[in-house]
Formats: sequence, C-alpha cells, structure tokens
Amino acid sequence: MEVFFTQLTNGLAVGGIYALIALGYTMVYGVLKLINFAHGDLFTIGAYLGLSLLTSLALTDHVGAAAGIVILAVMVMGLVGVIGILLDRAAYKPLRTSPRLSAVVSALGASIVFSNTVMLVYGPNPRVYPQGILPTQVFEVFGLSVPVMRFVILAASVILMIGLYVFIQRTKIGTAIRAAAIDQDAARLMGINVDRVIMLVFFIGPALGGAAGVMVGLYYGQIKFTMGWIYGLKAFTAAILGGIGNIPGAMVGGLLLGVIESLGAAYISMAWKDAIAFFVLILILIARPTGLLGERVAEKV
Amino acid sequence: MMLEVKNLHVKYGNVRALHGIDLCVREGEIVTLLGANGAGKSTTLNAVCGLVRPAAGEIIFNGELIHRLPAFQIVEKKITQAPEGRRVFDTLTVQENLDLGAFTAKNQQRVKKSQEWIFELFPRLFERRDQLAGTLSGGEQQMLAIGRALMSNPRLLLLDEPSLGLAPVLVRQIFKTIRQINQAGVTVILVEQNARLALKLASRGYVMEVGNIVMADSASALLENPEVVQAYLGGT
Repeated sequence: MEVFFTQLTNGLAVGGIYALIALGYTMVYGVLKLINFAHGDLFTIGAYLGLSLLTSLALTDHVGAAAGIVILAVMVMGLVGVIGILLDRAAYKPLRTSPRLSAVVSALGASIVFSNTVMLVYGPNPRVYPQGILPTQVFEVFGLSVPVMRFVILAASVILMIGLYVFIQRTKIGTAIRAAAIDQDAARLMGINVDRVIMLVFFIGPALGGAAGVMVGLYYGQIKFTMGWIYGLKAFTAAILGGIGNIPGAMVGGLLLGVIESLGAAYISMAWKDAIAFFVLILILIARPTGLLGERVAEKV
Repeated sequence: MMLEVKNLHVKYGNVRALHGIDLCVREGEIVTLLGANGAGKSTTLNAVCGLVRPAAGEIIFNGELIHRLPAFQIVEKKITQAPEGRRVFDTLTVQENLDLGAFTAKNQQRVKKSQEWIFELFPRLFERRDQLAGTLSGGEQQMLAIGRALMSNPRLLLLDEPSLGLAPVLVRQIFKTIRQINQAGVTVILVEQNARLALKLASRGYVMEVGNIVMADSASALLENPEVVQAYLGGT
C-alpha cells in the first residue's frame, strides 16, 4: 500500500510535467498540423535558463523561497516563449506552404541546433540545481510520508493547466485559437489574424515546456543537455495517448502516462520504465488511433 | 459604385483561374454569378475576401483599393463571406461560432443587436445555440454560416452556394431569408448552381466560363436569354 501510494504521487508529479510538455506538442499540432520536434529541447533550455537565473539572481534570498520560485518560473516561461516564437520565425514560417515533410526535417534540425547550443554554453556534463532552496520536508498523509516538493510540482502543473484551459475555453482569443485549429481560412473570414494566433501558440506551448524544465530541475535536482529527447518523446506519447490536437487530451494523457510508468516501474521492473510507456503508446495506436479524447482522425484537409 | 473589380487575374501555381474579369456591384443590389464548376465563381469571391491574392488587377471597395489587404482586415472593411460548404467550426457551439463572426466588432451594443436580428431570421439557431455546430443538419449549418457572416454587421455579403445539398423546402426558405437580409440594407453577391432561383432573386447577373465573364445583364434579361436558358436553366 505504501509503495502504491508513493508511486502514485510520484507518477502524478512526473505526469504533470509530461502533461505540460505535451500541451506544447498538441497546441502546435492543432493549429499547424506540425510535430514540433524541437519542443523537447525548448524544455531543456527552460531547465538551464532556470538554473542560470536561480544562481545569478539569488531571487530566493531576496523574496523568500516560494515567491522566488514563482518569479523564476514566470521569467523562464517568458524567455522560452520568446525563443519559441523565434524558432517558428526561423525554422517553420518560411516553410508554411511547403510540403509537410520539409517542416518536419526543419524541426529535427532545430532540435539539434538547440541541444548543441545548450551543450556549448553549459558543457556536456550534468548540472545540479542548488540544494537547500526548496522545502525538503516530508508530509504525513494517512501515516504515509510524501515529500512536499511532490505536491508543489503537481499543484503547479495543475494550476498552469487550469489556467490554459480557462484561457482556451472562455476567452475570445482562446476561441480564436480553437477556430484556427479547425479551419484556418474560415478563421480568416471571421477577421482572425491567423499569423498572430500561430505566434501566440508558439509562445504558450514553449512557455509551458520551459516551466516543466524548471520543475524537473527542482524535482530531480539534476539536468542534462540531452534530457529533452526522452522527455520530449514521453510527452509526445502523452499527447498521442490523449489525442493529438486535443488540449484536455494532453493533460489527461500526461498524467495517465506518468502514473502508468511509475506504477510499472514499481511493480514490474524499474528497467522497463520507458518500455512500459511506449508499450502503452503501441496499445493505444492499435486500439484507439485517435487517442483517448480524440474524435477525428488526425489527417484532414 | 460599392464594389469594382477591374481586370482581375488569379493563378493557383501555374493554373490560371481568372483571366482578367471585370464586374461591379452597386449598393443595395443582389448580384449573382452563374457558371459551371471551375468557371471561377468561388475564386472571384475569395479574391474579394482576400483569401486568394490576385496576380494582377484591382479590387476597389467604396473607393478604397483592398486587393492587397489580408483576409482578416477585409472583414473590418465590412465585407464577409458565407463560404462554400458552410465551413462552420464543427467542434465549437453555435453560440461560439456566432461570437467568432463578431470577432472584429468593437461595439458590443451593435453586436447584440445583430445577434437578435440573426435569431429572428433563423429562430432555429437560437434553439440550438448551445449545441456543437457539427451536430446541426445541413440546412441549419447553412443558416449558421450566414448568421455568422452577418454578426459583424457587413455592408457586402458574399454567399457561395448557399443551397448546395439542401432539400427544396429549405432552399426556398434560405432564398427568402437572403431577400430579407438584402432588404435590411446588406448588398449581396450570390454564387449559385440553382441559376433559375438565383436570377429570380437577383437584380443583375454575370455568366462565367473558364475564368472569364462571358455575359453580363439584368437578371430578367438573362432569364429570357436563349443561351442562358439552354446552358444553365435546363431549358428547351
């Protein structure tokens, strides 16, 4: 029981991180029908920018741990969001009318550029987030002990997801994003500036990915320039699991994948953790190719 | 003159869709474009809306050159289109579709009035406002496409095949509503396969063939023109 509870909370925390990254894949796919393979590296950049800002600004010394981390996260989100917009400008916008494969190749190229730039700037060895900034105490729930950090991570990702959901569902701009994802020309006929919508999507998705990067740094304490690859792949799996292009789907898919992986690691084998995640992906693709919440087949004119 | 199209050329890649057409629309008119599939009727509407960029020629709306403006800015000039195939946002509700129609509107009072009028024209939309647009019938989706295009209070409304795939009783209803919309002061360009109905509704018509305008006359004259009768009215 204790193992189960520990793994469940750990799975939810990791799942929240997957979900945040998955949102970036799914939002870009929704509007452009493009898999942004450089998205995992934007997540890495977020983790490293978080590290730099954390050590250079010493925010947590000035305003306290909680406020410091929030300010740090907001700054990283803004910076990574801007990098996302620049990525679109440089790598995707010139190829908007080209065959889709060109943009995919461009995405893979951008991914290599990003991860190698991080390596050049920060070095190839893993870097460590400063310890002692964050609460390390442990919660007692029903006689079981859970690190506070786990709840902080889960709470932060849930808050960001709810914020995004409300923005997409309830605001005028959010509705415009949904409209542009359904039919770009029809959206133009409504007076929606679709280029602006694409720009916004390339800000929000990477910003959420950047936040996830900071969370990984804080949660695990260690980051590496190659980590965008495996996290990106997992989050992509989560997006497919929930139904790519579907925003609530990415949230559900991320949390579910985190929990399945975490329980699988405990009850089956730690070594099979990644294999379990991709096994789930294969099952979903066979049983329900549109994903759990996806309604349409992804390919449409 | 409200709308003037001068020597309009449009190309899709190497394919020439319009070979220099001229047409004009006066304020308050209903003008219809007739012609077979591929004649360039939809392309003409899409060029006016800014969805396709002309290779040459001019489009002048109320004295202003608009053919270089992107589509989203042309909406602000008070030109809207209910496109062929309706193109409603199927996973959004009817209300959200209508709200998007008013995306550019600044005056919320005005939007409210437009919406009341649209619900008067199409009471069915009011009943179904919380339903997803994709669950509507074809006729209801057409009503939604027209209603959505009216939300921004346009001066010129472009209708592309509003009767396509609808039952005859619904076609008559849609045409009656188009007349009502026109009587409320909205100028209309109507592209229609059902040439007889279109000519009965319109004051003038243009006949298009493979990217050219081959005939332009009053609707009543076109209805009696033997060539038109032969080619488009299934005449004897």
